Amino acid sequence: MSSITTRDTPRGFSFAEYMTCLAGIVWREGLRFLHQRERFVSALVRPLVWLFIFAAGFRQVLGISIIPPYETYILYEVYIAPGLMAMIQLFNGMQSSLSMVYDREMGNMRTLLVSPLPRGFLLFCKLLAGTAVSLLQVYAFLLIAWFWDITPPSQGYLTVLPALILSGLMLGSLGMLISSGIKQLENFAGVMNFVIFPMFFASSALYPLWRVQEGSPYLYYLCQANPFTHAVELIRFALYGQINWISLAVVAACTIVFMIGAIWAYDPSRGLARRGPAGGEG
Amino acid sequence: MTNPAPIPEPQEAPRLDAAAVPALSIDGVSHAYGPRRALIDVSFNVQRASFTALLGLNGAGKSTLFSLITRLFGIQSGRVGIFGHDIGKSPGEALRLLGVVFQPRTLDLDLSLTQNLLYHAALHGISRREARARAAELLDRIGLAERAGSKVRDLSGGQMRRLEIARALLHRPRLLLLDEPTVGLDVKARADIISQVRRLVTEQGIGVLWATHLFDEIMPSDDLVVLHQGKVLAKGPMSRVISEAGAQDVNTAFMRLTGAQTMPGGGA
Repeated sequence: MSSITTRDTPRGFSFAEYMTCLAGIVWREGLRFLHQRERFVSALVRPLVWLFIFAAGFRQVLGISIIPPYETYILYEVYIAPGLMAMIQLFNGMQSSLSMVYDREMGNMRTLLVSPLPRGFLLFCKLLAGTAVSLLQVYAFLLIAWFWDITPPSQGYLTVLPALILSGLMLGSLGMLISSGIKQLENFAGVMNFVIFPMFFASSALYPLWRVQEGSPYLYYLCQANPFTHAVELIRFALYGQINWISLAVVAACTIVFMIGAIWAYDPSRGLARRGPAGGEG
Repeated sequence: MTNPAPIPEPQEAPRLDAAAVPALSIDGVSHAYGPRRALIDVSFNVQRASFTALLGLNGAGKSTLFSLITRLFGIQSGRVGIFGHDIGKSPGEALRLLGVVFQPRTLDLDLSLTQNLLYHAALHGISRREARARAAELLDRIGLAERAGSKVRDLSGGQMRRLEIARALLHRPRLLLLDEPTVGLDVKARADIISQVRRLVTEQGIGVLWATHLFDEIMPSDDLVVLHQGKVLAKGPMSRVISEAGAQDVNTAFMRLTGAQTMPGGGA
């Protein structure tokens, strides 16, 4: 370490510094994920249970007519695959937010927040890192699903990527928004009950919405208003090389709103400060 | 567009006379958690190349103060300046000059020593190549070069603390904050860490704010700030604080100032 007493302080941060920071946060999140084998396994087992058991059982009950983006009759497994991909991201987003609550209590969040870069940027990096982790999970799922005869067109694996990034950001920032309202870890079970399950079931993940409409028009409107439905549809269309513009617009708008809300809620004067000291003594 | 260029207001940060700007200036800072007041009109400075001990019992407000200096909490009233940079107005410039060791351990236990350091370097925008060089140099300096690739989980408590201090120095700060860094360490590890930090002051001119409740970590040449129930009761060179309290040693001075009965683990 050289003498530093006379170093003149530079002003602001260069683009390269921002990118170094982003790369570092994503890299560290990836490393941590790889070290948590159980998390990876459980992230994969959950959708696979739905695919192997639930879908196999329901295949006979639910007939799927030809609806866009599909061009032929499809098996029920093929129909719910995009919904399960979105479910992986939903759980990942909530889990990342859980780890942020945990980090806040354990002090790891402090390491991030004492970085001199703007706080909003740091939280955005954290969201991107969480999304990157969800991509690993989704592609691992797609690989296994391929052996189960869920074989979208090969270019679909590429065209679905931007959709997954956007939906991952939306669900991640929703999780972050919720986590800033959670005071303690124990409340996470409540998040499961009041966020994950309703979002998943009141969506087009498990059944096409025209079927829902036949059953209950009100539920249909609820599903239409559910951003998760649009995440699912965005992924479904992108997997077949198409764009669902309405879903794209809804997901993009929700991402922006949730992200601004999450970053705003994490502001020290409005967020942490109200909660009192994080752990330690006064 | 026709307006004349506004006359620039006088710079509040006296950067012209750089040597006069303290490393850290706390100016009339108060903080409350709802009705509970954790800090009441706290003011003191940490000079460059000085070792300032922030002495207080648990609950005195030390951690709240650290949270304010590191921008973790928003400033409710008063001002915190790091080399003249206001933490509220230009946090980026202020935090760049600041290294922190928090009281709870904040390392990633499953990552290696080097990985922990590289992550921190990235948070400061230090390129990977430069970060590797600095990490290797610092690990060498704290005698953990051979452990560079092992998981942090396998280190002892003292080694983890040394690593945290090395991490706090990675971006070459000029002010170092340590919140009770020796808690839970054995005698040898404590002595190592104290001498490591004191060398930073003498050899590199870093200003150090060292929060503690242990008297034997303070030396006569240190500056002292006595914090009790959110208020600064005394500040200045240790000898002056002692004489003004009409005491013979820091232990007695502290007890006279605070009315405390005993100091846990103090100066024994």
